[in-house]
Amino acid sequence: MKRFPDWAWPVTAFVLLVVLWDVSIRVFGLKPFVLPSPASVAQALVADWQELADATLYTLVEIVLGFALSVIVGIGLAVAIVTWRPLEKAIYPILVGAQVIPKVAIAPLFVVWLGLGLAPKVLIAFLLSFFPMVVNTVVGLRAIEIGKLHLARSMGATASQIFFRFRLPRAMPNIFAGLKLSVTAAVIGAIVGEFIGADEGMGRVLLVANGNLETAKLFAGIVLLSAVGIALFLIIAALEKIVIRWHVSQRALQELGS
Amino acid sequence: MSLIQVTGAAKRYAVASGEVAALDPVSLTVNEGEFVSILGPSGCGKSTFMLMLAGLISRSAGTIEIDGVKVDRPYTDLGIVFQDHNLLEWRNVLSNVMLQIEVRGRDPAQYLPRAQDLLRMVGLDGAEARLPHELSGGMRQRAAICRALIHEPRLLLMDEPFGALDALSRDQLNVDLQQMWLARPTTVIFITHSISEAVFLSDRVIMMTPRPGKIAADIKIDLPRPRPMSVRETPAFGAYTKQIRGLFEEWGVLRRGAA
Ligand SMILES: Nc1ncnc2c1ncn2[C@@H]1O[C@H](COP(=O)(O)OP(=O)(O)O)[C@@H](O)[C@H]1O
Ligand SMILES: [Mg+2]
Repeated sequence: MKRFPDWAWPVTAFVLLVVLWDVSIRVFGLKPFVLPSPASVAQALVADWQELADATLYTLVEIVLGFALSVIVGIGLAVAIVTWRPLEKAIYPILVGAQVIPKVAIAPLFVVWLGLGLAPKVLIAFLLSFFPMVVNTVVGLRAIEIGKLHLARSMGATASQIFFRFRLPRAMPNIFAGLKLSVTAAVIGAIVGEFIGADEGMGRVLLVANGNLETAKLFAGIVLLSAVGIALFLIIAALEKIVIRWHVSQRALQELGS
Repeated sequence: MSLIQVTGAAKRYAVASGEVAALDPVSLTVNEGEFVSILGPSGCGKSTFMLMLAGLISRSAGTIEIDGVKVDRPYTDLGIVFQDHNLLEWRNVLSNVMLQIEVRGRDPAQYLPRAQDLLRMVGLDGAEARLPHELSGGMRQRAAICRALIHEPRLLLMDEPFGALDALSRDQLNVDLQQMWLARPTTVIFITHSISEAVFLSDRVIMMTPRPGKIAADIKIDLPRPRPMSVRETPAFGAYTKQIRGLFEEWGVLRRGAA
């Protein structure tokens, strides 16, 4: 039997899902405002393309800014935590405490503080996405084996050499795990922010479409949003493949793939 | 001339239930250029001793001097081959060897030919670009040896470097190691639990007893070099291994008749 190429699996699953969707509408006789057909979603995608594309772009900017902030702050904080023990004791409980606060509940406050513009959305995207970044980076930076540290010190390595040549590369697999979780959380964060109050962006389009019972347009927006999330995720996965070719997770994939 | 002077060095580890004595006070002098094996059963404190010697862990008592200087922080004019190869998984063979040069801030261009020579000497030419996970256990240990030698250190510490290897690879590496040492005799502290490996390689065999470990005998090995693998079938070689085995039996490390 000829082997299925890698990309064929998700595509097949996607096609099956769409077929199932279409069939269930016919079988159960669902109304278009309850569940629109795939065809009508496609039509909405074409008909409202300009509006949808603009909204996607606007939201993408918020996602990328929030994500970038979470990467910078997250890795920075992780480095500080690993380098300076007291900071871990002081900050970890606060971090966890902040993480379990439902961001949706306090999001309206951000709008009060920061207005309706980009800032509150970026902040919420950041808040949702930076926790996995910190936690994973801390775990990664701690993963270094004692033997490697002995080796480093036997060579007279300086603190910065130990960090950049030993700890950081060793942490890359965990950092990438953090990046993947973080980028998907940033997508959610941006939309949550826009739901609270926005005059632009995909969150607003979804709200308006929902209010007008334009379910097909709502779905078209969701499709675009998913596409953005998947694209961001795939970019990180591709980078990961290049950067940590040496790691077990990648090796297993290679061996399965070959 | 003596390079290493250990006086009453001991180690107790702090553990959850208090303290555990890993090494009773040991004293030892090693001359420059000597190949010395530390031979003892598992858990007798050999690795602990090596880490203390390198200044990588603290002592609980005693003093260690290398080249007249007290070891109170890592002594760096050395190369270490660890029990576990400790290659960096993200660097290929050549760049793992060159790591030593980079970290020490020496000129890579100047050492590159030497790295390639060393890799050829241990049969790793052609594998320079491979990552550690693409190598066999023996190849990884060979790469680790090259990394420990590239900067021409004054002292070479080897902690059961061939312990995880099959008997054939081990024999080969013993011969290769002797050859490299003869080409450039540095001071070597070679840790092993193999009697024949210790006798084959060493000028002196230091025997340890376990729990907590201490030095119990110091045996000079007077066999001409270079020693071929077949030296192990000679009566002189057999006399040394017999003597060592006899001592271990006497101390209860080996049960009588076990050998
Ligand atoms: N980091 C440590 N903490 C507590 N005990 C240790 C530690 N390292 C070694 N030991 C104990 O010290 C003793 C000697 O260990 P080690 O030096 O590794 O022996 P060897 O290398 O001869 O097998 C053992 O009983 C071991 O369990
Ligand atoms: Mg050991």
